[in-house]
Amino acid sequence: MELYELTVHELQEKLDKKEINSQDIVKSYINRIDEKELEINAFITTRKEAALNETMQKENAIPIGIKDNICTKGIKTTCASKMLENFVSPYDATVMENLNNDSIILGKLNMDEFAMGAATEYSAFKKTRNPWNLNKVPGGSSGGSAAAVAANMVPWALGSDTGGSIRQPASFCGVVGLKPTYGLVSRYGLVAFASSLDQIGPITKDVTDCAILLNKIAGTDEKDSTSSNIEKRDYTKAIGKSIKDLKIGLPKEYFGEGINEEVKKAILDVAKKYEQMGAIVEECSLETTDYALATYYIIACAEASSNLGRFDGIRYGYRSSNFNNLKEIYSKSRSEGFGPEVKRRIILGTYVLSSGYYDAYYKKAQKVRTLVKQDFKRLFEKYDVLLTPTSPTVAFDIGTKSNNPLEMYLADICTVSVNIAGVPAISLPATINSEGMPIGFQLIGNHFAEETLFSAAYAFEQENKFREKYKPEFKK
Amino acid sequence: MNISRDEIIHISKLARLNLTGEEIEKYTKDLEDIIGFANTINGVDTENIDESITATEQSNVFRKDEVKEFDDKEALLSNAPSMEGRNVPPSKCFIIGR
Amino acid sequence: MSREDYEVVMGLEIHAELSTKTKIFCSCPTDFGGEPNTHCCPVCMAMPGALPVLNEKVVEYAVKAGLAMNCEIAENCKNDRKNYFYPDLPKSYQISQFDKPLCNHGYVEIDTKDGKKKIRILRIHIEEDAGKLNHDEYGRGSFVDLNRAGVPLIEIVSEPDIRGPEEADAYFKKIKSILEYIEVSDCKMQEGSLRADVNVSVRKKGDPKLGTRTEMKNMNSFRAIQNAVNYEAQRQIEVIESGGKVEQETLRWDELQGKTFSMRDKEDAQDYRYFPEPDLGMIHISKEYIENVKKTLPELPESRKKRYIEEYKLPEYDANILTSSKYFSNLFEGAVEKCGSAKAVSNWIMSDITGYLNENEIEPEKIPFTAENLAELITLIDKGTISSSIAKKVLPEMFEGEEKSPREIIEKNGWVQISDEGAIKEVVAKVLEANPQSIIDYKAGKDRALGFLVGQAMKETKGKANPGMLNKMFLEELNK
Repeated sequence: MELYELTVHELQEKLDKKEINSQDIVKSYINRIDEKELEINAFITTRKEAALNETMQKENAIPIGIKDNICTKGIKTTCASKMLENFVSPYDATVMENLNNDSIILGKLNMDEFAMGAATEYSAFKKTRNPWNLNKVPGGSSGGSAAAVAANMVPWALGSDTGGSIRQPASFCGVVGLKPTYGLVSRYGLVAFASSLDQIGPITKDVTDCAILLNKIAGTDEKDSTSSNIEKRDYTKAIGKSIKDLKIGLPKEYFGEGINEEVKKAILDVAKKYEQMGAIVEECSLETTDYALATYYIIACAEASSNLGRFDGIRYGYRSSNFNNLKEIYSKSRSEGFGPEVKRRIILGTYVLSSGYYDAYYKKAQKVRTLVKQDFKRLFEKYDVLLTPTSPTVAFDIGTKSNNPLEMYLADICTVSVNIAGVPAISLPATINSEGMPIGFQLIGNHFAEETLFSAAYAFEQENKFREKYKPEFKK
Repeated sequence: MNISRDEIIHISKLARLNLTGEEIEKYTKDLEDIIGFANTINGVDTENIDESITATEQSNVFRKDEVKEFDDKEALLSNAPSMEGRNVPPSKCFIIGR
Repeated sequence: MSREDYEVVMGLEIHAELSTKTKIFCSCPTDFGGEPNTHCCPVCMAMPGALPVLNEKVVEYAVKAGLAMNCEIAENCKNDRKNYFYPDLPKSYQISQFDKPLCNHGYVEIDTKDGKKKIRILRIHIEEDAGKLNHDEYGRGSFVDLNRAGVPLIEIVSEPDIRGPEEADAYFKKIKSILEYIEVSDCKMQEGSLRADVNVSVRKKGDPKLGTRTEMKNMNSFRAIQNAVNYEAQRQIEVIESGGKVEQETLRWDELQGKTFSMRDKEDAQDYRYFPEPDLGMIHISKEYIENVKKTLPELPESRKKRYIEEYKLPEYDANILTSSKYFSNLFEGAVEKCGSAKAVSNWIMSDITGYLNENEIEPEKIPFTAENLAELITLIDKGTISSSIAKKVLPEMFEGEEKSPREIIEKNGWVQISDEGAIKEVVAKVLEANPQSIIDYKAGKDRALGFLVGQAMKETKGKANPGMLNKMFLEELNK
């Protein structure tokens, strides 16, 4: 067995026993990258030599892949945008500081430009392919992260999730992805898409790795006013805890129209399995689901339109070479530097904040947001976790959906409510469909109930043995 | 939902985006679709519901008034597009245009 | 109709930089000047991914200002983003406060020719300053310096209660004086740390409706405000008198040309798209917090004024001027404490010191000597060591010279008063001999002749002779 096939906790065991060192691990992954990257296109920046050099100082470090919207000092951070094609951050994101001592960055991973998209087709540089089937998308926006983990090109990775951008690609690529509670992981150094929704989270091969990586990145940060001050926990302690009498709610709104039948059946099978394992499963209702998508797109785009104002071609980033005055520096640099989806969302966000529309859209959406939070609160008085599909469908063919933005947005129906409410959710593989594509399911927990999610996810993973049964086939 | 071309032009100016005719057509249509869909929230009864003003429940997150200088000031300037190959005083400023 | 038939209505939005050590949302220093872009970090330079964290002192100082200006302090308030593009605004939004400012509904009292008047304050909110955009005189381009970006500001917004340029001047000076007293801003107008946006409208006297207003931005001298308001009011009256309509717009005051110019960019109207800043949480101000800030407030001018009138028996006019500036007031109190003579200290500040400041266009905060120095000067006069005419020569030295101690100054210049009887006698004799006509005049009942003779003797001694002794001896000689 190759080292790159192992999970991080398996690698860690070997490191602890001094059977291997970080150089062995990094070499194994570099070989794998050399073998698969041409097919997958997961990386925007690879740092093979630099990573190897770092193994000299960090003998027990584990390599990692980082989504390219997380600032890494001295390494390009492009957000998959022409706007930041050559941008080198002058500072490290707080998560990078947290990781630095025992991690080695293998590279920066592809994504939808500024994390806006659900297929990684909006990267300005390349389209990442799904390791299970190279004609399919890996999901998005953290498509590079999910594909790299699924293809064993990195042992684990960081992604970011604003409306499903960790969970949906994890689901499409048959790996594990966690969107932590808002505030659990510092956002300092995450290039902002929608400040009130963004969270950095792990994408890993299994649930145990997910808990280990969360241990490393979670924690209060004085540089992020929205970071929570709850005390540090050891999430690996939740691994292996009994789920007997765990109360699981199945919100019926997630099993209605628009959800693919095969997906629906797979998730109901997951529910059955949970019942067999001693959990109590009940149908419930999350009434605000129907409004969540509109609410999400209004809030996310409004914040994005403001957050992306700083890309003006003055202090950093792309600057148009043909301008005649100050206004043109802005408008030309921004028009030439941003891709079509980013522009669409900036326009939408500017529209909902503009005079005359603010109350009807932005303010109204913030009220509905309160209702969504209340809805979750009500359910978590009764249930420990909620079980839903992660995405209405499995990964689709490259180039088939991106022309219709609204249709694209509607596919986020299963994931956005979680971000609006700020609660945590984990996606893990359930099974594969008739075409051999992974189907993922999502467990949603109450604020800061990551431990419950890990216990429930781990129990299922042990029972289901997805990783033992199925492997990406790189189908052409 | 009816959104006019002029409105899109106005919005794009506010956002400092210089759109081509084709883009204006496309975004007008897209925005009509998306805003039309967004109007679904108008049906929600939000009477007596407060807006979610902040994402965090925490309040009074403050910093002490103590100076900490950033340690790599050169790096702050090194991404500036205007400084490449130009050496006009004052060199530590971001330079715009001619 | 003439100008007298109109009333000029004004409101001021005063921006004051707070004198915190660090910026409002990052730990960079707020020091003025410095090489461009050196007081900067990823936060104030708006690097991708950087986030703001609010400086606690900013909240404290703003609450302090609110209390000193009789405001209600909001129990809950928040920060908002004001979105617009300009090179000196690196995030392309300014973090400010929109609908929930920190302080509301206050007032300050000003003195007008018709007596005291309350000017209501609508609100005080906290926000960040922008950087600087400098245009190169050789046409090589514009340069952005972000040292000032993120320096904390409070914006004090008045109600349209101000009538005419004199009241505007009194109000602006009053706000400056309060901010100085409570030590939340150094109010250096030349450095731009205190500046005002001035709204002006005119209406026919007796008309209850406000006219259309224009706004003049970033005025940073008392004189500019006076001139600009005078000009702008006249312009508006002329527009109305000629049958036109005043347009609501932002103007730029050109001090050199003495004119206002339209700044409006007709192409796109401003739309700031305010919304709550998602990177920051709410601010809750407890009653306890307010009480604690209250305890840090120093004695304010109104209270000091009352005390001066009661305790030192000063006329109200004098008390007014002495408390108009923290620097005057502290100088006064410090000097009185040392020399004990309130009346004498007051007279020195009111006449000679103020005179010097006005003549040389110096602000009171620039007075280079201490209260002890002033007290020493007064004591030297009291003791007869110097005459008051010599003292008037010592004062400019105290302003201009290296040496600030009056004792040292008079010693160095040999200005010690001549009180030696023999020496004075000699001078008196010499002057009488040279001016026989004055003796005749005096004897004929012209008292003025005595004054002339004393003046001549002073001239002779370069002002050093003890004037009391001179007087006495001349009288003795003349009445012989």
